[in-house]
Amino acid sequence: MKKILLLLLLSLSISPAWALTAEEKGLQIAQNADQRDSGWGDQKQSLEMILRNKQGQESRRQIRGRSLEVTGDGDKSMSIFDTPADVKGTAFLSFTHVNKPDDQWLYLPALKRVKRIASKNKSGPFMGSEFAFEDMSSQEVDKYTYKWLRDEKLDGKDVYVIERVPVDKNSGYTRQIVWSDKEIDQPLKVEFYDRKNSLLKTLVLSGYKQYLGKYWRPNKMDMNNHQSGKSTQLLFTDYSFNNGFTDRDFDRNSLKRAR
Amino acid sequence: MRKKRLLATAFMLVISLPAQSVSWRGNVTVQERLFFQDPADPRQHGNNFSVAAQPEMYHEWADGQQSVSFIPFARLDQGDDERTHADIRELSWSYVAREYEWTVGISKVYWGVTESQHLVDIINQTDLVEDIDQEEKLGQPMAKLTLIRDWGTVDLFVLPGFRERTFAGVKGRPRVIPRVEKDLTSYESSQEGRHVDLAARWSHAIGDMDIGLSWFHGTSRTPILNPAQYNGEIVLAPFYQIIDQAGLDVQLTRGSWLWKLEAINLDGNYVKYKRATGGFEYTFYGIANSAADLGLVVEYLYDSRGELATTPFEDDFLTGLRLTLNDEQSTDALLGVIKDTHDDSYLVSLEANRRIGDSWKLSIQASKFLADGLDQSLKSFAEDDFLQVELGYYF
Repeated sequence: MKKILLLLLLSLSISPAWALTAEEKGLQIAQNADQRDSGWGDQKQSLEMILRNKQGQESRRQIRGRSLEVTGDGDKSMSIFDTPADVKGTAFLSFTHVNKPDDQWLYLPALKRVKRIASKNKSGPFMGSEFAFEDMSSQEVDKYTYKWLRDEKLDGKDVYVIERVPVDKNSGYTRQIVWSDKEIDQPLKVEFYDRKNSLLKTLVLSGYKQYLGKYWRPNKMDMNNHQSGKSTQLLFTDYSFNNGFTDRDFDRNSLKRAR
Repeated sequence: MRKKRLLATAFMLVISLPAQSVSWRGNVTVQERLFFQDPADPRQHGNNFSVAAQPEMYHEWADGQQSVSFIPFARLDQGDDERTHADIRELSWSYVAREYEWTVGISKVYWGVTESQHLVDIINQTDLVEDIDQEEKLGQPMAKLTLIRDWGTVDLFVLPGFRERTFAGVKGRPRVIPRVEKDLTSYESSQEGRHVDLAARWSHAIGDMDIGLSWFHGTSRTPILNPAQYNGEIVLAPFYQIIDQAGLDVQLTRGSWLWKLEAINLDGNYVKYKRATGGFEYTFYGIANSAADLGLVVEYLYDSRGELATTPFEDDFLTGLRLTLNDEQSTDALLGVIKDTHDDSYLVSLEANRRIGDSWKLSIQASKFLADGLDQSLKSFAEDDFLQVELGYYF
């Protein structure tokens, strides 16, 4: 009897997902990924955004970003635009929240004006790109409900395929399908379905590198809009952690100083 | 003379900095204004060409804790000698610590939330010859201490050196009639333009509310314009009184709604008044299945002086539409109508911007003055409807 119980416990501990529903398994995968990526504290990086239209014409913009991990809520982040030259010095401050609308401010250097802006427009394009504001903001577990669909291989890598549904009714998406790398617990591909549930965009993330011996960050994101034929590529460089940032580096005073 | 010495000092400062650590940016713009009526005063110019430059130099050290910035500005105007002018928009040093910040030198600050007029924004003088929308400002000498606390941010200002408002010259257009004569400028204070002004402001973000309370004591930025004789001509003479101004600005950000209010109480020995602007901006996102947003702006403008007010905005409504395409070229347009509630005075304005390539920006601005009513301050612009086309190169 004792032996049987031990065997049972053993088998449970070996495959804990055995008795889970697809929803529970999906949530568990998301929680694991979140757990694995927590504790990074603060980071900054440079970003080049390359916008391409249907005809293949390119326009580029340079953005510097920094963010601060907030435990128990969404992260704080600031983006500073270096090009195009007419918006140089424009800065965007965002406090992401899980259960209420984000707080967002924009700094306009020509007028030296800090403007609080409405954050309801999650589905609106970020800087005229194919990335929506909600694609650029910090990904928190509670922003979606999940469903594990299947395991498969993507480009030779073992992945979980998960469907996630945004909780926020202002989201521009009915659902997203995420291909998450089992080894590093990071997304390799995301499909976005619009409000009519047709495929709108595909995001491919690549060039993952590990920082601080723990945290994985991509150096390239390619977003293709299947409906408009436009695409946006993000190239990340100069990732840096442990910058010693505090809340003070993410307030309206620091927004005015952002250069 | 003082300006020259300041410029020389600024220049020395700039060239003494290690070149690789200095960042430059700025813009050069060419502008054409087209007028459609004969001017009310035959001396005023017709269509007018203008060119302006504003380079910006910035240098920081000690890991960004200290910085200097230098922004000179100059405009050459075909028709108006008063609009041909230069200014130091900024020449300042800043020091940033965890709980406080210092800015010393010539600088610019902006207070307020509303779109139709900017009542609480008092630190910098308006560079009115630049644009009658009063959004262009002259550099203001200041020592500013910012205290950052959990309960908000406090800015304390000492403001030595008053800047006179700029006004269109004899040939300038648009301008008030009769014209303002700068040579007749006078002050309440015996120290005239050397009166040291003081100001303070507390601001805070509490949940979805951004709030500011401000106080100013010193030379009014808005002159009282008194009719006077000047070389046999009737002109307006600017008189700057000493005032105390208390200001409040609040914005509530809720979903697609922005609720805004600005109010001031101005108290002086010659003129006292209360003014307020309040209203909302509601945005329809992603209109017609596109990425474009359409915002509806409604603001009420109040002045306790009523029809005696020296501004056209004493009991008026602004109704505006703001279109933002959210495209690669950052195209936007703002159409606004300000109408007096009991009179047929209108001010219609349109502003549109679009980036061309990576370094150019095209801006169009049109203003139409319909002043069949009694409003004297608007009536003098009645013949000055104009279309302005501006092309800027940004670097």
